[in-house]
Amino acid sequence: MDADKVAAAGGDPAAAASRPEAIKAIPVRHWGRWISAIVIIYFVVALLYSFIKNPNVQWSVIWHYLFMRYTLIGVANTIEMTFAAMVVGAVGGTLLAVMRLSANKVLSTVSWVYIWFFRGTPVLVQILFWGYIGALYYRLYLGLPFTGLVFWSTLAADATRHIIVVAILALGLNEAAYAAELVRAGIISVDAGQTEAALSLGMSPALTMRRVVLPQAMRVIVPTFGNETISMLKTTSLVYVLGGAVELLGRMQQVYAMTFQIIPLLIVASIWYIFLTTILTIGQHYIEAYYGRGFGQDEAEAAEKRAARRDLRRAGMSHV
Amino acid sequence: MSETPIVSADQIAASAPLTGQPMVKAEQVWKSFGKLDVLKGVDLEVYPQQTYVLLGPSGGGKSTLLRCINHLEKIDAGRLWVGGDLMGYRQRGDVLHEMRSGDVARQRSLVGMVFQRFNLFPHMTAIENVMESPIHVQHVAHKQAEAEAEELLTRVGLREKLDVYPAQLSGGQQQRVAIARALAMKPKLMLFDEPTSALDPELVGEVLDVMKNLAREGMTMVVVTHEIGFAKEVADGVALIDGGVIVEEGPPNEVLVNPKEERTKVFLSKVLA
Ligand SMILES: Nc1ncnc2c1ncn2[C@@H]1O[C@H](COP(=O)(O)OP(=O)(O)O)[C@@H](O)[C@H]1O
Ligand SMILES: [Mg+2]
Repeated sequence: MDADKVAAAGGDPAAAASRPEAIKAIPVRHWGRWISAIVIIYFVVALLYSFIKNPNVQWSVIWHYLFMRYTLIGVANTIEMTFAAMVVGAVGGTLLAVMRLSANKVLSTVSWVYIWFFRGTPVLVQILFWGYIGALYYRLYLGLPFTGLVFWSTLAADATRHIIVVAILALGLNEAAYAAELVRAGIISVDAGQTEAALSLGMSPALTMRRVVLPQAMRVIVPTFGNETISMLKTTSLVYVLGGAVELLGRMQQVYAMTFQIIPLLIVASIWYIFLTTILTIGQHYIEAYYGRGFGQDEAEAAEKRAARRDLRRAGMSHV
Repeated sequence: MSETPIVSADQIAASAPLTGQPMVKAEQVWKSFGKLDVLKGVDLEVYPQQTYVLLGPSGGGKSTLLRCINHLEKIDAGRLWVGGDLMGYRQRGDVLHEMRSGDVARQRSLVGMVFQRFNLFPHMTAIENVMESPIHVQHVAHKQAEAEAEELLTRVGLREKLDVYPAQLSGGQQQRVAIARALAMKPKLMLFDEPTSALDPELVGEVLDVMKNLAREGMTMVVVTHEIGFAKEVADGVALIDGGVIVEEGPPNEVLVNPKEERTKVFLSKVLA
């Protein structure tokens, strides 16, 4: 290869002649593609036009509510619920998956029953269920029962906080059941030889799981978990059934119940959901790239960069 | 390949007091998977600094024996010692107690293993693969682990490949990283399970060269391989395993040149054909 480059640079005619001229051909024209594209664009433009020009959409109302403080607090609550529920789901799901794969029969059975129960009932039922249980208690706390040890708690007096916590519990515990199956599938997808190699290097089973198996399982888990997060963002809207107008949809509903501007307020909610989904999609891309390390197409280049940094560090050290 | 030794002198010195006592001793080892008896009373002794080659037809139990030696498999009967310690068990009086996984891990960290399919960690670069265990198992400082890993990879001829992920390495390069990774734990014993069987023919030599150097430097090794040339060149002992028993064993110039047993003759004629 290097020889080729040198020859080309030197303009050696013999070497140049050894490679035949690149093919220049007239590409096939795909008339069908052109026609279908034009037809579809025509209809999309017509649809958008009718929508934008429709006076019932009331763009001024949308604009009015889009960045209103009331709406923004709903957006913030939606974001908080989504992330907290996904954290509960991820941590709980990983625990459940490890329990499910454990040799301990009690642990694996408990995990199985949990997953069976939480996947077997609709999430809306679970939200209502937690909502009514929550209503029975004057406050929710996180601590050790009977010991008086409390790390964190809500007072029922703060109704919004109370509903947020109830929602996070309902959504998070439900998500854990799905995440458990996802993590389990990820763990199983990692080649058994990886575990053997890690054990043979003197790693304990727990260290093997943490350093070798889970990071590789992440490659399988992350894309689906990203989907679940996006889905969770929208599932939080079900929390409106608990009343209290806490999250985005609940708040929009509260408003249109009074003003009857149903369509414009649903559009406000949709704009925010789409915006947040877009942000999540971008984030997912970067996380996938991180866990896909070692498999990318631009690996050769990336490796050269890492090697160059190493050389710099070496040079740096030799000066010291 | 470089001339500097891969194994440090202290490592060899550390194993010297054991001379006289076998590094690996198997006594009537039995192992079954369900109803299938895979090992049926294997006796084996490998002394420090020896290279011991296991040969035999596929399914004979060679891999299973290696996996029993570092307790990846539990044996059903018999006894197995490495460096004088019972693997996986503690004996108190006449009673055997199973070891906790942490103690088993500590025992395994003294036994390096190299696999047919390399089993490098694909999410770590070559040097990260080599540093992983010293840092997380032996708690070596990051800088020191990095320096030692670089030295090991340099010695197996991969100084240019430190920051490359396994997927970008050839089979032979991956296997050399795997050998360096095992050596990074400063093991007393190295087990090789058909380390060149998954390699393209032109890459076999580079891996065998590393192993020959290791053997000459005094590493104690148990090697499953079909490379008869390697066995003739560096083995101190050879055993033919078939049907879960050692059919024949002895020095390579006897077993490989003038085999006594019919099964050995048949096997060698197939391998050398
Ligand atoms: N984990 C296992 N479960 C069931 N059977 C196994 C297992 N490992 C190995 N065996 C069986 O044990 C026998 C010996 O296998 P192995 O030790 O891999 O032989 P070799 O390495 O000599 O080819 C084979 O019949 C194989 O199918
Ligand atoms: Mg085998």
